[in-house]
Amino acid sequence: MKIHEYQAKAILREYGVEVPRGFPVFTADEARQAAVDLGGGTVVVKAQIHAGGRGKGGGVKVVNGPDEAYETARQLLGMQLVTHQTGPEGRKVRRLLVEEGMDIQREYYLGIVVDRASNCPVVMASTEGGMEIEKVAAETPEKIIKEFVHPALGLLPFQAAKIAYKLGLEGKTVRQASKLLLNLFKAFLANDCSLVEINPLVVTGDGRIVALDAKINFDDNASYRHQDRWPELRDLDEEEPLEIEASKFGLNYIKLDGNVGCMVNGAGLAMATMDIIKLAGGEPANFLDVGGGANAEGVANAFRIILSDPNVKAVLVNIFGGIVRCDRIANGIIEAAREVEIKVPLVVRLEGTNAEEASKILEGSGIEMTVAKGLADAAQKVVAAIQ
Amino acid sequence: MSILVNKDSRILVQGITGQEGMFHTRQCVAYGTRVVAGVTPGKGGQEMDGIPVFNTVEEAVETTGANVSLIFVPPPFAADAVMEAADAGVDLAVCITEGIPTLDMIRVMTYLEETETRLIGPNCPGVITPGEAKVGIMPGFIHQPGRVGVISRSGTLTYEAVKQLTERGLGQSTCIGIGGDPIIGSKFIDLLALFQDDPGTDAVVMIGEIGGTAEEEAAEFVNNYMTKPVIGFIAGQTAPPGRRMGHAGAIIAGGKGTAAEKMATMSEAGIEVVQSPADIGAAVASVLGS
Repeated sequence: MKIHEYQAKAILREYGVEVPRGFPVFTADEARQAAVDLGGGTVVVKAQIHAGGRGKGGGVKVVNGPDEAYETARQLLGMQLVTHQTGPEGRKVRRLLVEEGMDIQREYYLGIVVDRASNCPVVMASTEGGMEIEKVAAETPEKIIKEFVHPALGLLPFQAAKIAYKLGLEGKTVRQASKLLLNLFKAFLANDCSLVEINPLVVTGDGRIVALDAKINFDDNASYRHQDRWPELRDLDEEEPLEIEASKFGLNYIKLDGNVGCMVNGAGLAMATMDIIKLAGGEPANFLDVGGGANAEGVANAFRIILSDPNVKAVLVNIFGGIVRCDRIANGIIEAAREVEIKVPLVVRLEGTNAEEASKILEGSGIEMTVAKGLADAAQKVVAAIQ
Repeated sequence: MSILVNKDSRILVQGITGQEGMFHTRQCVAYGTRVVAGVTPGKGGQEMDGIPVFNTVEEAVETTGANVSLIFVPPPFAADAVMEAADAGVDLAVCITEGIPTLDMIRVMTYLEETETRLIGPNCPGVITPGEAKVGIMPGFIHQPGRVGVISRSGTLTYEAVKQLTERGLGQSTCIGIGGDPIIGSKFIDLLALFQDDPGTDAVVMIGEIGGTAEEEAAEFVNNYMTKPVIGFIAGQTAPPGRRMGHAGAIIAGGKGTAAEKMATMSEAGIEVVQSPADIGAAVASVLGS
């Protein structure tokens, strides 16, 4: 789960990490008021969307005084902000963060993630603040400082100090940076984060260390123990409406750009089905995992979600019935097809327990569909149905 | 021969009285697996289909000599269940549970380092040695005893691959679903090493997916240590970056972990990589010359 910068900064502030003073705003009038409350001088107006690259995309403006803040907010609110992470259609700006301007002396990068290869959190830092860490990692990996953290012991003070010294910090800023790192790690653990990133972390003219930007992602698996907070942090405007709808039925759906809708049980097989559609010359319209125990209700809901996408010109159902019997799934498909009007070609491939019986049920149902045998055959048939 | 489990494995099921645990225990027993004990705290002294239920894993192991634990415990308690199994000294813990928080799993992995227990999963279908023992939720009937090892991050895609093998008369020595989470107990390299040493295995199928670098590490291992042929497939060639594709671990992050990258690295390491998931069986047949 992703959250906005202003929400991430609020969390960091709770853990003693200094962030610029600022206010989230939803209207241009609120932006003006925020600038007044911040002293009436230079402020930064930052578009709040769940995507990086906002500065380069024109979503971050430094302005002078409340009137300029008002005018800038008026321009930003409602615009489709395009960054390298949003895709060409961009993302609509609905919220802004208005912050005090900072006297920036130097910029750094800090990040914490779980390292999958070593099974522990890793703190990363770099003097290349403001740059994308992926770019730094690809071009100058030696500039990334890493400290692996023992899961039970947490980040140790000497590790934090090592990072600070390696960043070239001196004097009292070493102590400040160490403290910030220790606090940042506490925030990472306590909030079940999958990512905490400060880019840039800045040293100001008066020697303070401030998180100028903040990005936090949460581990969805831990949501059950953060019900007091995460629901209110979720911004449904940042999610695809069909994906929200699918999540209500426990379906794992991700919308894509193609025109072949697919319904599959299991995430790996769902990905592989998308892949084979592409190999057959088609483009998948979605990823959809109906879950291990696909039943009639799940299948009906899945059809409804897939067919809500106007780009879908054909649907491929690929179910590997293991514990779940294929004849039951076939009946589920028939039930769903009666309930949901399917106006596009439907190709069904059922494999596993009672697959033959299932094929007979489908063929005798009177519902128009093509029954496929095997993965490759299914993909070819669904792509042919469109052409 | 096989790896991890065989006809002599003595299975205990943690969470045996739950809906999932009960259902799948019966399926495992029906396959011929020796399920000797169950564990559900608070239900010690009861029986499930004649299988004795204990309050703790330690008690179950001491009483029945169980050496493999199959875990169906809900996510909030699953990490603790794995550590309890390790504390009781089982050789193998197979955790089916999906949805365990990542930070819980890294603590589990730290705990396991101090023990002899090997973990498979979580978020996996489990392990099967066809004809001998089914320790998981996979459909037993698609398997056939034989000499091909299968390792996969997926569930149903593994069944797909197994079916393709069986259809060609290529039986399997052992099939392992290692799980779709970012932090898992056993990775490709751990199991490739076991298959390399298993005289009952002639070739290994590895099915990876986007996210992480486990396939790249496996490729390096294959290049350096494997003499047996390895056939590979990577799911998610069409997956968009930055999106989690169902599995918690299946995500292209910061441009890393793409299928194209993994397939190229695997090919360079001498792994026979297929582009299409429909060609897995045929590729194994061709590599083995059958």
